[in-house]
Amino acid sequence: MTEVLRTNLLSPIVLAFALGVLTRLVRSEFQLPKDVYSALSIYLLFALGLKGGVELSHASYAAIVGPAFVTVLLGCLTPVTSYLVLRHLGRFDDADAAAIAAHYGSVSAVTFIAAQTFVTSMGAEPEGFMPTLLTLLESPGIHIALAIGVLKVGGGRPVRETLHEILTARTMVLLVGGLVVGFLMGEKGWHAVSPFFDGGFKGALTIFLLEMGIVAADRLGDLRKVGLFLLGFGIGMPLVHGALGAAFGILSGLSVGGATVLAAMAASASYIAAPPAARMSLPTANPTYYLTASLAITFPFNVVVGIPVYYQIARALHGGG
Amino acid sequence: MQTVSLKLVTVVAEAVLAESLIDTLKRLGASGYTLTEARGEGSRGRRVGELPGDNVRVEVLVSPTVAAQILERVNATLFSNYAVVAWTSDVQVVRGEKYA
Repeated sequence: MTEVLRTNLLSPIVLAFALGVLTRLVRSEFQLPKDVYSALSIYLLFALGLKGGVELSHASYAAIVGPAFVTVLLGCLTPVTSYLVLRHLGRFDDADAAAIAAHYGSVSAVTFIAAQTFVTSMGAEPEGFMPTLLTLLESPGIHIALAIGVLKVGGGRPVRETLHEILTARTMVLLVGGLVVGFLMGEKGWHAVSPFFDGGFKGALTIFLLEMGIVAADRLGDLRKVGLFLLGFGIGMPLVHGALGAAFGILSGLSVGGATVLAAMAASASYIAAPPAARMSLPTANPTYYLTASLAITFPFNVVVGIPVYYQIARALHGGG
Repeated sequence: MQTVSLKLVTVVAEAVLAESLIDTLKRLGASGYTLTEARGEGSRGRRVGELPGDNVRVEVLVSPTVAAQILERVNATLFSNYAVVAWTSDVQVVRGEKYA
């Protein structure tokens, strides 16, 4: 385990993330221009979609059904467990509990990419259709949690608007669009664009993580405001969901690499799609809670410690079962 | 040069509100709007509006009646939960008949 952790800690993305945090701690002026950040995320998501689509073009349908089913199941389960824990153990009010649960029910694409990169570096190549699973997990979690909140608190806005917003958000357009384009162009098309999309991928991810470090560190001051419970939740809930994801993954026939990535997806908390949706649907919920929990607690935890832990769990389950 | 007296309504709000805000302003009678990205600090602190996209500043030129309706609507729907500032100013507008 320590060996795995050490490998992860010295990976370029974790080191870049740490540098980002340090940049803020020493109060450097440095930050990535907003447009560069935006361009990098477009590049990463589209590359991910394209590659996944190409893999999908020669994947067997039978191999995907099981993992797809457990992914949707996880998408329905994680917002509910999050809500119940926050509401009843954490004593958060309905709006806050549901808004935070929306973040933990959805998925962080960067955590997903970090997990893919990690297991590949460990020699446990995940299944090529993992990006397809990512798109399945993105939206149900947000909707279920927001629906709980809106039912309890009332108000909000039409579900149709939230649905439209999530389904047409950048993440979904680039991922789903990339999958379709990748699927259609196949291996031959991929060969033509892979120097750009494959060759630069890890480098782009490294710069992106540098900025994520800065963004997360910006919220460190808010840790004092959110209280100990949310701090524990931000670490404990991912561990529970991650273990569940790893188990579901292995049961559905995924490899150790695939199960680790599924675990990381289940464990991750969205910070791109969920915040605006929660802000609009549950306006009384305090954004400091959900943004700090997902960005300053859960994201760093997953990238630094969580992913190697889920990998170990998946390995143990795979060996045992 | 001939000018017309109108109200300039300015609303500074969290960026997530931009779309619905513009929608509301138009429905209440604004014939157009100007939107600029904005940044600042207020009684709610810097953070509340800090979802990606910072804040927006939406400005419309309208008649005094519409201006009053806009402020009323903003007061009723937005002030309690969102970081929003709204004000009106008296302005002299060239080709003002377009907006009244």
